[in-house]
Amino acid sequence: MTAAIVATEVSRTYDLDGVSVSALRGVSLTIEPTDYLAIVGTSGSGKSTLMHLLGGLDRPTGGTLLIGGRDVSGLTPGEMAKLRNETIGFVFQSFHLLARTTARDNVALPLVYRGIGRRERRQRATEMLERVGLAHRLDHRPNQMSGGEQQRVAIARALVTGPSVLLADEPTGNLDSATGQSVLALLESLNGEGVAVVLVTHDREVAARAHRQIVMKDGLIVSEASV
Amino acid sequence: MRLAEAWRVALDALRANRLRSVLTMLGVVIGVAAVVALVGIGTGTKGQIEQQVEGLGSNLLLVVPGRLEAGSAPAASTMTLDDVEAVARVVGDRDRVAATIASGETVRAGSRTAFGSMQGVLENTPSVFVRRLDRGSYLTRTDVTTGRRVAVLGAGTATTLFGDRDPIGRQITIGGVRFRVIGTFERLGQSLGVDRDSEVHVPVTAAQRLLGTDRIDGLAIRAPDRERINQLSTAVVDTLTDRHPDSDFSAVTQEQILGVLGDILGVLTGVLAAIAGISLLVGGVGVSNIMLVSVRERTKEIGLRKAVGARPRDIGVQFLLEAVLLTTIGGVLGMALGVTSALLVDALSPVPAAITWWSLALAFGVSAIVGIVFGVVPAQRAGRLDPVVALRTE
Ligand SMILES: Nc1ncnc2c1ncn2[C@@H]1O[C@H](COP(=O)(O)OP(=O)(O)OP(=O)(O)O)[C@@H](O)[C@H]1O
Ligand SMILES: [Mg+2]
Repeated sequence: MTAAIVATEVSRTYDLDGVSVSALRGVSLTIEPTDYLAIVGTSGSGKSTLMHLLGGLDRPTGGTLLIGGRDVSGLTPGEMAKLRNETIGFVFQSFHLLARTTARDNVALPLVYRGIGRRERRQRATEMLERVGLAHRLDHRPNQMSGGEQQRVAIARALVTGPSVLLADEPTGNLDSATGQSVLALLESLNGEGVAVVLVTHDREVAARAHRQIVMKDGLIVSEASV
Repeated sequence: MRLAEAWRVALDALRANRLRSVLTMLGVVIGVAAVVALVGIGTGTKGQIEQQVEGLGSNLLLVVPGRLEAGSAPAASTMTLDDVEAVARVVGDRDRVAATIASGETVRAGSRTAFGSMQGVLENTPSVFVRRLDRGSYLTRTDVTTGRRVAVLGAGTATTLFGDRDPIGRQITIGGVRFRVIGTFERLGQSLGVDRDSEVHVPVTAAQRLLGTDRIDGLAIRAPDRERINQLSTAVVDTLTDRHPDSDFSAVTQEQILGVLGDILGVLTGVLAAIAGISLLVGGVGVSNIMLVSVRERTKEIGLRKAVGARPRDIGVQFLLEAVLLTTIGGVLGMALGVTSALLVDALSPVPAAITWWSLALAFGVSAIVGIVFGVVPAQRAGRLDPVVALRTE
């Protein structure tokens, strides 16, 4: 089986008014299609930066990065967008739902950029919302839903395109522990269905449930452990 | 993303900020309305003036002293009634050659006074120009040869001097000299800005005696047909130049007058349209401004759309369509407002207005182009946003 994502000596340097800040300083990591990986580390250690690179939202300034077997350095922004749409699902700590849009249309959004017709989009979005237990919230707007419900909408949106990798940057950070547990259970069942799950967390218990853990510090992976 | 989908997204975005969208459109609405209404008024005025010039009579040739050139001073006339006879021989029909000497005079009847344009004319004037009588009769050949002091009043002068009473047979004084009213003209209204109802026609001989001169101001010839006008024009000018070697004469046709007036009014309409166009431009700048604000406000939304697979092009098209929707909806509303204003001006004021299809098409086209031109920069800015940076903004 080919790896979903392969990062080799990847670095990311920001240029702040002539001063260069190294957020990542040579990270190598392979995500297998069945992985359930947790990334932990102190604040500012480069976890989010790494997630953005793994998801094709950003490009490394050094090293090579293959997503779905393709080297991102040769891709245009348009091709990167297509790659994200086809292979990656993102879940953000602060949900990032469109405020004036119903749960169903939020979930259907990635399908818009795939050129899928409205009817099919709605049908697939509905199925995905049923899958995350929100069949009764189809026409609710984000401000009419609880935090846990909003995060589940965001997960449904990440999954609606059938991605091979789900990237979640602190998906439970804004949720109470019970709600967080149910979101984790959802991610785990997805992993059981063959979706690689990578999540960033500050919570040791959450991290402990993953099959692999990596610890980051100062832009480097300082330890890696598998269960 | 499909284009139909992009339209829907753009429309939703405009709806979400209804008041702002309407206010932004207002600039375009006013600009387009101004273009349509002003071009309508320009076109209407041009049409009216053309009608008036043609209403003077057909195949007219006007002969005046001096050169009709920009910058040349108006020349004093050297023409006399003998010249009229000579020109009549060239034309071959004396009924086709009218002569005029005009002077602004105070006209009195009893205690009432009117300021009229006294026109010393030949008896053939109504057959050269289009002029219809309301009452009485026109000047006769005998009136002209004997210099009889009789007058035909314009409708305005008649009303001022006599009110509802019948003026025929009554006495008036023109410049202090007594005349008898023998007829009145039908009401004509204004022509080329001149009130033609204050004309008072008297025999040219009587007018010459009153003014103490044997000159006439000019000639008007009604050519038998359009084809002969130019040939006649040269022949008449040559004849007059032979008789007065030291003077210049000019002949102008109605078509030439129309051409000159048309050019002037065309330029005027163009200037009006340009001024209105500037307000459309200002409306476009407003659209650009609001679109930039909108891009900034929705940075996070743009970041999210990109994260789930929107290409730079998809985002750019979405914002461009928003700008184009703003200006084209504004353009349609502006066209409606412009047409309505033009029709109201036409109905309620003496200024005529005519709506032309080309001005509507132009206004709509320009407003769509304004949307594209002023939407491009905000759209590009939105399309180029870095998704990570966009998602991080608050
Ligand atoms: N756009 C940027 N410009 C400059 N420096 C940046 C930028 N984004 C991140 N950094 C820097 O890169 C480093 C890593 O940031 P990152 O967001 O990846 O940390 P993190 O591990 O996700 O932290 P947290 O746990 O607080 O979310 C930080 O020092 C940060 O200041
Ligand atoms: Mg982070």
